[in-house]
Amino acid sequence: MQPDTLFQRITDYANRADPYPLYAELRENGVTRQDDGSYLVGTYHEIAALLHDPRISSDYRSRTHPDEAMIRRNERPPSFIGLDDPEHDRLRRIAMRPFGPPHSPGRIDELHGDITRIAEELIDAFRGADRIDIVDEFAYPLPVTVICRLLGVPHEDVPRIRAWTNAIIDSFDFTPGADQEKRQQAGLDARDAMARYLGELAGGRRGHPSEDMLSALVNDAGPEGRLTDVELMATATLLLIAGHETTVNLITNGVLTLLRHPDAHKRLRDEPGLMPRAVEELLRYEPPVHMLPQRTPLADIEVAGVTVPKGAPLILMLASGNRDPLRFDDPDRFDPEREDNQHFGFGSGIHNCFGAPLARLETQIALGALLPYLDDFHLLDDPPPYRRSPLLRGPRHLLIARG
Amino acid sequence: MSGERYDGRIVVVGASLAGLRAAETLRDEGFAGSLTLVGEEPHLPYDRPPLSKQVLLGRVSAQDVGLPSRRDVDARWKLGVRARGIDPVAKQVLLDDGERLPFDRLLIATGTRARAWPDPAEAALDGVLTLRTRDDADRLAERLDAGPRRVLVIGAGFTGSEIASACRERGLEVTVAERGPAPLVGALGGTLGAFAARLQRAHGVDLRCGVTVTALNGGNGRLTGAEFSDGSRIEADVAVVALGAVRNTEWLAGSGLAAGPRGVACDAGCRAFDMYGIVTDDVFVAGDVARFPHPLFEYQMLSLEHWGNAVAQAEVAAHNMVSPGPRRRPHLTVPAFWSSQFGLNIKSVGVPTFSDQVVIAQGSLREGRLIAVYGYRGRVTAAVSVNRAKWLEHYQHLIETAAPFPPGPGAADLLDTGPPVSSDVPDPQHLSHGPTVALTGHLPDRRLTLVRQGD
Repeated sequence: MQPDTLFQRITDYANRADPYPLYAELRENGVTRQDDGSYLVGTYHEIAALLHDPRISSDYRSRTHPDEAMIRRNERPPSFIGLDDPEHDRLRRIAMRPFGPPHSPGRIDELHGDITRIAEELIDAFRGADRIDIVDEFAYPLPVTVICRLLGVPHEDVPRIRAWTNAIIDSFDFTPGADQEKRQQAGLDARDAMARYLGELAGGRRGHPSEDMLSALVNDAGPEGRLTDVELMATATLLLIAGHETTVNLITNGVLTLLRHPDAHKRLRDEPGLMPRAVEELLRYEPPVHMLPQRTPLADIEVAGVTVPKGAPLILMLASGNRDPLRFDDPDRFDPEREDNQHFGFGSGIHNCFGAPLARLETQIALGALLPYLDDFHLLDDPPPYRRSPLLRGPRHLLIARG
Repeated sequence: MSGERYDGRIVVVGASLAGLRAAETLRDEGFAGSLTLVGEEPHLPYDRPPLSKQVLLGRVSAQDVGLPSRRDVDARWKLGVRARGIDPVAKQVLLDDGERLPFDRLLIATGTRARAWPDPAEAALDGVLTLRTRDDADRLAERLDAGPRRVLVIGAGFTGSEIASACRERGLEVTVAERGPAPLVGALGGTLGAFAARLQRAHGVDLRCGVTVTALNGGNGRLTGAEFSDGSRIEADVAVVALGAVRNTEWLAGSGLAAGPRGVACDAGCRAFDMYGIVTDDVFVAGDVARFPHPLFEYQMLSLEHWGNAVAQAEVAAHNMVSPGPRRRPHLTVPAFWSSQFGLNIKSVGVPTFSDQVVIAQGSLREGRLIAVYGYRGRVTAAVSVNRAKWLEHYQHLIETAAPFPPGPGAADLLDTGPPVSSDVPDPQHLSHGPTVALTGHLPDRRLTLVRQGD
């Protein structure tokens, strides 16, 4: 049997709790070609350059040898996260119209009160409990409630959405094995079901405008026109999943990190004004998205002295770049007051996280509301049990107990 | 190093973006002495970019564009007072109100002012305006609110084009008169100039290129219209003179510094040169008024009227004012600026006028989204995006590494790229002049004579 490649070790579930030593190895090795022909990049400056390089495609179809799963996935129309300009730009502009500036500059700020109320209600529900699962009782319900409200998805459908989302996220697991096929198929089925569900929901608002984003997407048109039905389904699915999934991990990672760093915890509790900067540090230190696995060069390109051929899979290890000592002083230290912190927590370049302003606000409010309450608590399991995905990495549960 | 660099008296002349950011940096870096900021305008520092955009559209009032402060600067503010000169021997700044401000170190950040209409009588007509200050913007916005029948914009650089854009967005008739062959051509060259001309006309601007305004007509002291060099004339109630900026250096005549119409010359560390080309060590310069050598552009002396340059240069100047030699930093940031007009975002990195060729590297002129890359003698020197600012970082890297021009193949969204064409900018060799004039900023129309100060 061949020795495992670095990528296989990184994605191995056994290393989920602490992939950072492997990232250090990756940075040490430079740009690394794996046995399957893919290239791994883990150093900050190289990743930054590639994220801004117009010769790097986000579209699977740019690969010379797309794998089976990709081919099947491509029977579905990609959302803008998997497209290049100009299509990516057109779809993203249309989606941005009801979400942010210049057309809807106040949209996120207006959610401040709602998010605070939701956070307080969730805390009230477990106030007095001696044992809490941060994921199930706080970090999950908060962002999913917010994104459903924003998009206009009925709250009672959250259990279905959670099941679909879990199936889709699990299909982003690269661990080979007997059940890989099954996971891939389940992910595709879930994606189709969610897309149909959101398409029908949006269709029902056509001509009956309400305040939500789905309604705006079917009823308002800007200079780029409207989404087709197929584009609408793909876009809405993306917004719904990406609109909460990563924030769950970010909030959970935040609680985990603060409980592991009592000094930082105390500092933030005494000085809540530090929270925005602490959240940036969290995005660097424990980002919810660890890698971008689907980039492909459109021409032969040189990265740190290595030629990556056109059409080869190019995997950008964002979480590794975030710990690059050539970019960040003392990178393995969690420093909530870190300056000059241009992390890859939201990626960078044209695909820079669409929902970043919302994720920032949610996490700042969530951690701010929870902090005073956490004083008497400690971690029950450290490390906690992790979810499967090495890409969207975060604890499955985070049990904390009083005393 | 002794503690004296952190003590003593620092005077900053110019209380706008560069002055404020320098003052904040001085305090950040530990300067504990006395700090005085002198500003000609009565206002605390404010932000100018919105004055030609949001303020003219009525979205923001001219009173509400104050610059956010990064920290308390614990300074004495002398606002509404002009500096009239420097006594270099006594080391004092002379103010219009008679006060003399002694300094140990001085920062000059007096920026620029709008170039006035050359005929004073015509310039005095009611309805003839310029746009540079908060008060200017207030007056112009008020005029636009009153619903003039036609606005004349004289000059189609960035400011003039943004004013025309605001007028059209408000549904006002506007005529733009530009001496050159197209709008923005002086800054961006022929290809994007032609694009801007099509853009303005598509938005209903009455654009007249290759003409000058020969007369502004008035009746009863009010502007009534204008005459052009091609013999045509228009009626207009408002005329905005947007003929570029003049550097505020007149007050430095007699100071012994290398100050002239092109700015105040300084070294890479923002230290001013004196008129003999000897670098000073107690007078620093930053912002629009500074003229400094840039290594990316063959060490030509550049003056940049860019928001980002004012901030970056002020920070370097302030750092160097309180740092000993080996700790000083050079001001090296790649020039960048942006504009929004006619629904488009235009952003530039590098120096587009430092070029001989240009190529559309991504997107398309027809679609109104593109990256234009500029090259000079086979290397990339600038890039301009239209509605594609997120791609610019890549091109900035090409500029910083002197990458070959034109850029290689493979970029996404390559629609109608063709071979590079002439960039149609003024010959970069004429960006600056020979060494005899590079420092003083004066044209070589007089012999340099040695003046002895103080004896």
